[in-house]
Amino acid sequence: MAQAIDMTAATPVQRSARRWNQRTLAPWLFLAPGLFMFTVYVLWPIIQSITLSFYDWNGLYNQDGDFTGTFVGMGNYAELMTDPAFETSLWNNLKWLVLYMAALPIGLFIAIFLNQTVRGIRLYKSLFFFPFVISQVVVGLIFAWFYAPNFGLFYLLTEAVTGKGTAILAEPDLVTYGIILAGLWPQIAYVMILYLTGLNNVAPDQIEAARLDGAKGWRMLWYVVLPQLRPATFIAVIVTVIGALRSFDLVSIMTSGGPFGESRVLSYYMYEMALGEFGFRMGYGAAIAVVLFAIMMIFISGFIWKMWRDETER
Amino acid sequence: MFPRPIQQTSTGTQWLYTIALPIALIIWLFPLLGVALTSLRPASDLAQGNYFGMPSGIAWENYVFIFTETPIGQYMVNSLWVTIPTVIGAVGLSLMTGFALAVYKFRSNILVFFMFVAGNFVPFQILMVPVRDMTLQLGMYDTWYGLALFHVAFQTGFCTLFMRNFIKALPFELIEAARVEGVSEWRIFWYIVLPLMRPAIAALSVLVFTFIWNDFFWATVLTQGVDSQPITAGLSSLNGQWIAQWHLVSAGSILAALPPVAMFFLMQKHFIAGLTLGAVK
Repeated sequence: MAQAIDMTAATPVQRSARRWNQRTLAPWLFLAPGLFMFTVYVLWPIIQSITLSFYDWNGLYNQDGDFTGTFVGMGNYAELMTDPAFETSLWNNLKWLVLYMAALPIGLFIAIFLNQTVRGIRLYKSLFFFPFVISQVVVGLIFAWFYAPNFGLFYLLTEAVTGKGTAILAEPDLVTYGIILAGLWPQIAYVMILYLTGLNNVAPDQIEAARLDGAKGWRMLWYVVLPQLRPATFIAVIVTVIGALRSFDLVSIMTSGGPFGESRVLSYYMYEMALGEFGFRMGYGAAIAVVLFAIMMIFISGFIWKMWRDETER
Repeated sequence: MFPRPIQQTSTGTQWLYTIALPIALIIWLFPLLGVALTSLRPASDLAQGNYFGMPSGIAWENYVFIFTETPIGQYMVNSLWVTIPTVIGAVGLSLMTGFALAVYKFRSNILVFFMFVAGNFVPFQILMVPVRDMTLQLGMYDTWYGLALFHVAFQTGFCTLFMRNFIKALPFELIEAARVEGVSEWRIFWYIVLPLMRPAIAALSVLVFTFIWNDFFWATVLTQGVDSQPITAGLSSLNGQWIAQWHLVSAGSILAALPPVAMFFLMQKHFIAGLTLGAVK
């Protein structure tokens, strides 16, 4: 109350000046703690990593606490060009990106299947969503069991069909597909929930009108429903791309990049180079991270561009 | 409604749907069900090759074993030590950043906002070496707070996006009216906006809890020993020791999955509201 009295005592000019000051300063005070943390832990490390990618460094400091790296210019990147493990990782990342997109149609299909109002449907929806809630470490272990040689269900299934069991995680040519399948399980669940929310908000009058015009099945889905699901599809594409490029956990748990390094992806190879048993090649690892970052930036820019358009339209 | 409500179709289709639902669910969750059953199977069954037949008994001792003979309890406590402070920190910070970006018009507003959003999507590996190095230098390597501080900072990106959009959707007249009354900006935040943020706080809390509980990468990079490793990293190292002892691996997996699953079931509405943000216009 004292403050209010104080306010009215001031002349209008003083008052508006104070308000103006308060309103200019206030956002920065509110932003300060969050912005500080984000700068220290996210923005600054990005710049440091890019710088580091031009150095050769084992991660250590000398006795005086000085950085011991040596500048090698484009050396790390030149080495990447001829590194077969890097090439394998890059190809595998591409496989992940392409095959992960299967989560969209499958997720949509399940969402349509579940978009009914029958008894107990809510519980069904929750249970279908389950795989997304559990850790990728657990998903990895579950699928490792599923794929296990000799008694794993997948092994038995292939044995029944072809007469010879396939231990997919031990097959250099197939291993990546096996891990991608494990990753798709939670990803489909995520996409499904996005589409279920989207379907909930599809305008019923448009559906009814189209139905009167004789639209049904695929044509209805393609021409009437999908256009209305565009926001959901957009988010689904974004989270699926990010999920595909962040595929560290499953590779690490299921195969540690093997057999013969055939299931490596950039995120895992980077970790291997920088902190793995082959020694601490921080600069080389940073260079791999920069490549991954550049690939991700293509998608981030697209996302920001669309957000920018939506914001300025308002 | 799309597709056509099942009630409007023929009796045959309705029957088919009623039967298809549980079958589809069992197929979908098959790997999980298998692991849950294996976790209760006696080790002797597995040794005799009885993986899928009738178990010879229900082996709660698998769970007793991992609790008494392995540090899995400690790992779970460590996870809580990382997860709960992260939830409080990230939600607290993003309430303020979200408020700043939603309520005030200033020149770099959109730039700061996009920076938070973009930062949220960067691959972890581009942060790994510098963050690990900094954590080591600050003497916080292999501690719960070293890991939690990083998580707070990183999650602030996603949380800011969420909070900002949520506050933007509140009626701005409330804030205008308070300003006319001469209420200070901090008091507007504390007494007017904050009480309206409960649904957003609930949604973000469950989401961040799940994300952090399930995090494996940073747990591997920033912690090492039994005293500070969270359950994901702990389970991974136990898995290395339990080669092919699937009854133990399964029990450990089920335990690690329980807290986020419980969280999801208790707070389902908020969880889905948080996750589907932006999926509808």
